[in-house]
Amino acid sequence: MSFMANVRKVLSENIRDYGMFIALFVIMAIFTFTTNGIFISSRNISNLLNQTGYIAVLGVGMTLVIVIRHIDLSVGFLAGFLGAVAAIAMVSWKLPVGVVLPMILLLGTLAGLISGFLVAQMKVPAFVATLAGWLIYRGAILLVTESTGTIIIPNRDFNAIGNGFIPDIPGLTFWPGVHKLTLLLGLIALMLFMVNEFRSRRKKLSYELEVLSMDMFILKLVIITAVVGGITWVLAGYNGLSWTVVIVLVVVGLYHFVTTQTVLGRHIYAVGGNPEAAELSGISVKRITYAVFASMGTLSALSGILFASRLQSATTTAGTLFELDAIAAAFVGGVSAAGGVGKVTGALIGALVMTSLTSGMNLMGIGISSQYMVRGAVLAAAVLFDVATRNRQG
Amino acid sequence: MNPPPLLEMRQITKEFPGVVALDNASFQVNKGEIHCLVGENGAGKSTLMKILSGVYPYGTFSGDILLDGEVQRFRGIGDTEKAGIAIIYQELALVPHMTVYENIFLGHEITNGLTVNWYETIRETADMLKKVRLDVSPSMLVNDLSVGKQQLVEIAKALSKDVRLLILDEPTSALNEDESENLLSLLQELKTQGVTSVLISHKLKEVIAVADAVTVLRDGKTVVTLNAHKGEVSENVLIRNMVGREINNIYPSRTHRISDEIVLEVKGLNARHPGLGRDILKDVNFNIKRGEIVGFAGLMGSGRTELALSIFGNPFGFQVSGDLYIEGQAHSLRHPEQAIRAGLAYVSEDRKGNGLILIQDVKENITLANLRAIAHRWVVNRNEEVQVAREYRQSLDIKTPSIEQRVMNLSGGNQQKVSVAKWLFVKPKILILDEPTRGIDVGAKFEIYMIMNRLVEEGMSIMMISSELPEILGMSDRVYVMSSGRLTGELITAQATQERIMELATIH
Repeated sequence: MSFMANVRKVLSENIRDYGMFIALFVIMAIFTFTTNGIFISSRNISNLLNQTGYIAVLGVGMTLVIVIRHIDLSVGFLAGFLGAVAAIAMVSWKLPVGVVLPMILLLGTLAGLISGFLVAQMKVPAFVATLAGWLIYRGAILLVTESTGTIIIPNRDFNAIGNGFIPDIPGLTFWPGVHKLTLLLGLIALMLFMVNEFRSRRKKLSYELEVLSMDMFILKLVIITAVVGGITWVLAGYNGLSWTVVIVLVVVGLYHFVTTQTVLGRHIYAVGGNPEAAELSGISVKRITYAVFASMGTLSALSGILFASRLQSATTTAGTLFELDAIAAAFVGGVSAAGGVGKVTGALIGALVMTSLTSGMNLMGIGISSQYMVRGAVLAAAVLFDVATRNRQG
Repeated sequence: MNPPPLLEMRQITKEFPGVVALDNASFQVNKGEIHCLVGENGAGKSTLMKILSGVYPYGTFSGDILLDGEVQRFRGIGDTEKAGIAIIYQELALVPHMTVYENIFLGHEITNGLTVNWYETIRETADMLKKVRLDVSPSMLVNDLSVGKQQLVEIAKALSKDVRLLILDEPTSALNEDESENLLSLLQELKTQGVTSVLISHKLKEVIAVADAVTVLRDGKTVVTLNAHKGEVSENVLIRNMVGREINNIYPSRTHRISDEIVLEVKGLNARHPGLGRDILKDVNFNIKRGEIVGFAGLMGSGRTELALSIFGNPFGFQVSGDLYIEGQAHSLRHPEQAIRAGLAYVSEDRKGNGLILIQDVKENITLANLRAIAHRWVVNRNEEVQVAREYRQSLDIKTPSIEQRVMNLSGGNQQKVSVAKWLFVKPKILILDEPTRGIDVGAKFEIYMIMNRLVEEGMSIMMISSELPEILGMSDRVYVMSSGRLTGELITAQATQERIMELATIH
């Protein structure tokens, strides 16, 4: 009994951190039930993760933008526009993929710097500055696709980014139909995670900092092992890890590292937590604003690449509503509109929640009109939850 | 029997968590007089006026308010306005992008049923403006008027509501001499029309010029009410009553080891606030020696914080000119980052507003201003961070359950220690402390003083801005006094008295 009481205590104390995981779990469980297990099938999960990719990377960038108390509405059509530019570069200018990808990412950075200039330097409210961007990039997509309409991308390497899977280890014949490299990577990731958890726990104890009690710690490891192991197994049963998932994991990992371990990350959260205090502490709020918008622009470009590659084409409507999905993902992931709070890993979960809703409701055959309303209700509930739990955790 | 006084406030006591702002204060204003309310910063003047104007409603304080002998229970600003009390704050409460006439009748518009009658409004406004002798068109935007004229618009607004008691909180602090004089003579003219005024002011000369009666507050208590017509009011009497406090020995002694080496020197510093369009510092020259605590005394708004900020990289974008030398080397500091590198540190007076990041924990706040010191190639070494935080927690005796506790959960005194720790971690040569003990209890104050003593004994120099005269006298080696953006005096502490400082601080 005391074990259950302990679970309840840990849950209620960390409800903000665990809330979205629980929400994701509940949503997935419901859809698994209502679709007779189709939702949790290898094929569907693999598809779902690939669909999440282009929203997840935007959500990661958006999280940081919201952390520093701004917003970026231009990211959707910027992604769409840069996707079209990538298509044109490959189809009309015949540039190789190896040149196109860095070029597009660089253009994204540049676009982000322009937003940053308006917001940080000229003090234009971010909402307005990026709304202007929204309109401009919308026009830009229409302009570049005016003569051609949808541009089909014939490049196999480029299209693999959104549709391909990592190769398996050659020469292994056991377990046919199971992707061995995916299993191996999952196993390695889990082991690294365990080692890291134990090390950090030991270190915290040596500094007499608060840690989870041993049984709760084990419970946490068991749950995470089950989830990561489960996903790995499900993916390995289809085609293995897709390149999209690899890219998303790399992006989330990189941003997680930067935000939690580096001086830059700490400065970003300080600016979000209290800009005046940050400025007085010798942090240039302007420079941080530039950096965050530049990163947002780069990730928009990446999102555009992922989307164009997934559709194997650049369309005239690419990017529509991406910005709102990204903002929703960030908020569902626990970012606070008051600034200074929010994790990039949360944005990934938030994006998964939003795509799970779409995917699950599609499988159930629910009409698009109801889908929008359900997603809206979930977003409102997430923010309500944030507001309600904010004061509790003093 | 005499008619009852227009206003009587009896035995008002108001407590905030940890502080008694008003302690049995009484205040009485007779019909048709100009009554001045004076006192040091924190004496309780503003709190008393907030109670009178209903900002702190009935029930949040103890004591009675009587108007014309009748007990009042104000539940909000609306009630006091109905009773004929109008208060004009230091920060003007006009809507800048509305016209004069819209502002004057904001909240009590003249209507024909549903729609506003603008013709009548404008005509009435013209009358009101004549009354306050303001010669501008009613349809000017408030934004386009000078601060002095805006003040007159505020008074016109009050008059439009049939005011009986007009309260002005430091009305002349933002005005130049002509505007001030104009305002004061207006008050005297309104007096002949039957408007009673309460004037809160730091400027004793103008108090003496216009007051019929003066009430002095000190430490939340009413010290005395003086009648000007009986010759009871003079500068000396006022100052004595304002400060008349014993310096008790809550100030730990230290061995003074001041060298002659000047660590910080400022020459000809001028600053202008671009938003207010006003000079906030005028030709300021001063220096600080190694191992010295230099106190900066002055009343609210005298420019001490602005002086500190102008030196500390000017984060809020004043237009600053002047020369700054640190250890004899000229510096031009354009951002706090450069100031920190040059050896300065600034502990803000407003630790919640711009000192600390309340939602972050103790260790993150302590290391924020010098993260690079515990980072290798931009990656923060968390172990080192924990060590640093633990060291400061121990050496400053920060009482917190854990260094991972969020700062918002600490007491004021411990928050202040975190603030100090943060700035000690940048290893400054000169530590600027802006109101280092504001809002913290006596025990924590003493600890802060001990820390200051230890720091200067180790060779640091401290620039201490404080509104508490006993603190200035108890801790400083030397005192500069500021008034209206100027340095009006420099005193060796041994020769300084509270009276002398107050005299210099009220020079205008």
